[in-house]
Amino acid sequence: MAIVETKNIKKTYKQGKVIVEALCGIDLIVDKAAFVALAGPSGSGKTTMLNIIGGLDLPDSGSVIVDNNCFADMNQADLASLRLHKIGFVFQAFNLIPVLSAIENVEYVMLLQGVPKIERCDRAKGILDDVGLKGKYDRRPAELSGGQQQRVAVARAIVSNPAIVLADEPTANLDSKTGEDLVLMMKKMNTEKKVTFIFSTHDKMVMDYATRLVTIKDGLIVNDEIKA
Amino acid sequence: MYIILAWRNIWRNPRRTIVILMAVIIGVWSMIFLGALMRGMETQMVKNSISTLTGSIQIHNQNYRNDPVVENSMDNIDKLDKALSKTQDPGTLWAKRVRVNAIASNARHATGVTLVGIEPEKEVKISFIGNTMISGRFLLPGDKNKIIVGKAFLKKFNTKIGNKLILMSQDTQKEIASKAFRIVGIFSAESEAVEKQFVFVPISQAAKMLKMGDSISEISIILPRLDITGKKETQAAKKLITAIGDDTFVVETWQQLLPMIKAYLEMSEFFLYIWYFVVFVAMGFGIVNTTLMAIFERMREFGLMKALGMRPFQIIKGVVTETFFLLVLGILTGIILGFLSVVAIAKNGIDLSALAAGTQMWGIPRILYPEIWARDVVVAGLVVLLLGILVSLYPAFKAAGVTPTTAMRKN
Repeated sequence: MAIVETKNIKKTYKQGKVIVEALCGIDLIVDKAAFVALAGPSGSGKTTMLNIIGGLDLPDSGSVIVDNNCFADMNQADLASLRLHKIGFVFQAFNLIPVLSAIENVEYVMLLQGVPKIERCDRAKGILDDVGLKGKYDRRPAELSGGQQQRVAVARAIVSNPAIVLADEPTANLDSKTGEDLVLMMKKMNTEKKVTFIFSTHDKMVMDYATRLVTIKDGLIVNDEIKA
Repeated sequence: MYIILAWRNIWRNPRRTIVILMAVIIGVWSMIFLGALMRGMETQMVKNSISTLTGSIQIHNQNYRNDPVVENSMDNIDKLDKALSKTQDPGTLWAKRVRVNAIASNARHATGVTLVGIEPEKEVKISFIGNTMISGRFLLPGDKNKIIVGKAFLKKFNTKIGNKLILMSQDTQKEIASKAFRIVGIFSAESEAVEKQFVFVPISQAAKMLKMGDSISEISIILPRLDITGKKETQAAKKLITAIGDDTFVVETWQQLLPMIKAYLEMSEFFLYIWYFVVFVAMGFGIVNTTLMAIFERMREFGLMKALGMRPFQIIKGVVTETFFLLVLGILTGIILGFLSVVAIAKNGIDLSALAAGTQMWGIPRILYPEIWARDVVVAGLVVLLLGILVSLYPAFKAAGVTPTTAMRKN
């Protein structure tokens, strides 16, 4: 069952007087509970593709449907609501709110969703335990390592049971061991909780864990490989 | 959590927060302190003016104020006494007076004065004269041919207690009336002009000299509590007018009797609000500047929040909550400091003697005692809080308008 469906996505940017074609017509269907890697060199359009799937950016043309929600029919408020309830984000850096503790960062999304405090707290603790941060609930981001911070970001992304989690180069700022641990943890969430992950990367190790590898180059999908 | 987030955000950069807090504290403190000085001065001005024979309310013959001569005195006093007893609240005091222009003279000097015939036992409770005797004694109801004069008058006439003073005026039959009085007491007043202008004798003596019979020039009334806004006085005067029901009598409040003081109070109020505005404008720039700096530093974070699904109004709410905390903290501290400053100088006041010579005419006191009005504290606090929140909306909207993808690309 498709959770994400894009058709002929095109996107151009203006950089000064130069128009850059970031995406040149991308068709992509991602099934529920997939673990998809978008690979490709820098500037290939991976982040733009993730931003468009996440409703952070709108395509110049083409259609995007996420969990049966067609972006063409939605305004900014609808998109914000969709991001809040259906999509989890993990960014490369600056993922967490620095003045909030780990548990508060995880609770924050649920707060925006209007989840009652006791339930928020229980769910946040549970998910932090799942990502291996038991006992570190009250640590502020500055008191956590880079890998731990990304785990908190993953916990925040999946705590509300979103339809998909979009991760933009989540291991880029981590050493290889920490990066692998993070990917393993994401993989575990994918397997156990059936969370759909779509992440961009150019890290070979991360690609190896993906069940599907979509390679983008110059704004086009040049390879789409389903792995065993 | 919104509150926790806002509170922690304002302490991200403690130095910057303390700087803007100081601006708010000093602004609010200056509003409260300057307001207290002005209010203290206003209240004392009104009190001095009222106690200098004006009273809260006065009753006169309808022609007396334009032409204060004995012919324009009031008869049928029982009617006025009954109206006063019927309408005035408990604690209200009044006294009758005879008041005419006269010439005072002794062997070497002569000068124009206001001769005031008073009921000593009542006058002592309603005007300054009861509390300002510095030598000799006050008048007694049965005193005959006794007079009290001001310190400056005594000096000008180069005379002393026990000496005689001749008073001369026109009586009700338009004849010159004169009478010799012996000085029995000396009073001192806030103003030298008052000390030179007024001389006091028992009302019976003044009436006898001027052949007034039972007529009097005025009734001065003091309400139990001074209302500087004049509302209570106006209400009391209205009741009195209705009860008297006679157009030959005029009932006026101190605001009508002292139009210059009234105008000064209005002007003073206006200047106080101008001051509030000036302080706020200076503070407002600081608030906008600091909030903008804080917003620009956190643009990536606002981008992240919007990416997570936060709505623009929630970001505005967050930024405004931060400003609210800053302002409330600054306002409360400023008010407390304002109170402490006023308490510190309330006991001894501020000595304005060096400036007093030119200000006595206005009834401005020699020693200024500050007075905090709850209304001023509330207005100062609300001005800073509401306008502060208003100016913080600009940075708040800036933060709310951020595009996640653009904001998160910023370094």
